[in-house]
Amino acid sequence: MQGALFDYLLRQGDTALILGHRLSEWCGVAPALEEDIAMANTALDLIGQTQMWLGYAAEVDGQGRTADDLAFRRDVWDFRNLLLVEQTNGDFGKTVMRQFLFDAFDVANLTALQGSTDPRIAEIAAKSVKEAQYHLERSRETVIALGDGTAQSNARMQAALDLLWSFTGEMFAMDDVDHTLAQDGTVPDLAQLQPGWTRTVNAVFTEAMLTPPESSHAQLGGKTGARHSEHLGHMLATMQFLPRAYPDARW
Amino acid sequence: MTNTKPEWPLWEVFIRGQHGMSHRHVGSLHAADERMAILNARDVYTRRNEGVSIWVVEAQHIAASSPEEKGPLYEPANSKVYRHPTFFDIPDDVGAM
Repeated sequence: MQGALFDYLLRQGDTALILGHRLSEWCGVAPALEEDIAMANTALDLIGQTQMWLGYAAEVDGQGRTADDLAFRRDVWDFRNLLLVEQTNGDFGKTVMRQFLFDAFDVANLTALQGSTDPRIAEIAAKSVKEAQYHLERSRETVIALGDGTAQSNARMQAALDLLWSFTGEMFAMDDVDHTLAQDGTVPDLAQLQPGWTRTVNAVFTEAMLTPPESSHAQLGGKTGARHSEHLGHMLATMQFLPRAYPDARW
Repeated sequence: MTNTKPEWPLWEVFIRGQHGMSHRHVGSLHAADERMAILNARDVYTRRNEGVSIWVVEAQHIAASSPEEKGPLYEPANSKVYRHPTFFDIPDDVGAM
């Protein structure tokens, strides 16, 4: 049970951390000042959520590690984030599409987690869900604006959707960790979140003049750490360089 | 699908800091439409808890006085001191007004 809880908290924390870092890569180079600041804000929200999830994970782990130790002193195969969030930023459209596909899941998942039988999880979810709702509003509006924009922006958004679609199934794939924790109501049954998510994204795709792929093939292996893409290692090399090279560095 | 435009329009942003205060102009930003302008204003101008309400208005819809008109617009008020309520004796026990 403790093992499953630790794994689950890593999944939540790592997913927020990896997506937060990916978004921070846009800082200073986003296509407009307003988007630059908005993405940095979202990145900071996610890093803040990471501190709560990994902080709790470190407590459950009980090995004397901190949230920072978990973030900066694990290697690729120990990460438990969804494959979707480690995908490279690509163009702005791909970043926004990745964000939207995740945000729609994040809001549904955090909303359900507010009712967790684990009070710490319920508390973290209650704090995070307000941020997630704003993220979703923003990414939804941008997907619609770019999808129903010019011929070029529509083509880029459709290409991003085609590329990222196979990574969405992992969000709803239940494994032993999820089943164990769902039994006593610590976490929701992910499969039950999927119909609502599908309705949310399809409504937006209709407005955005985009067509989701028909294939329901899901790329799996992020949550278990078994099949991370090569991109994650490169990202960690950048993200973890400073605390690894200067372990005693302080603000 | 609309035609490509090189730049998003400019919007002026007004934030109300607290309940009971009036909205104040805080700056401007670019956005494609009014919804996006409000979201951008939230991210650019309320990051440090500055506001409880946001107004945006497209800059082109603001009618502004011209600096050349300042003579006829403002100078006539200069010589009319009787428009200032400075000729009343205020009793001490009224306190600060």
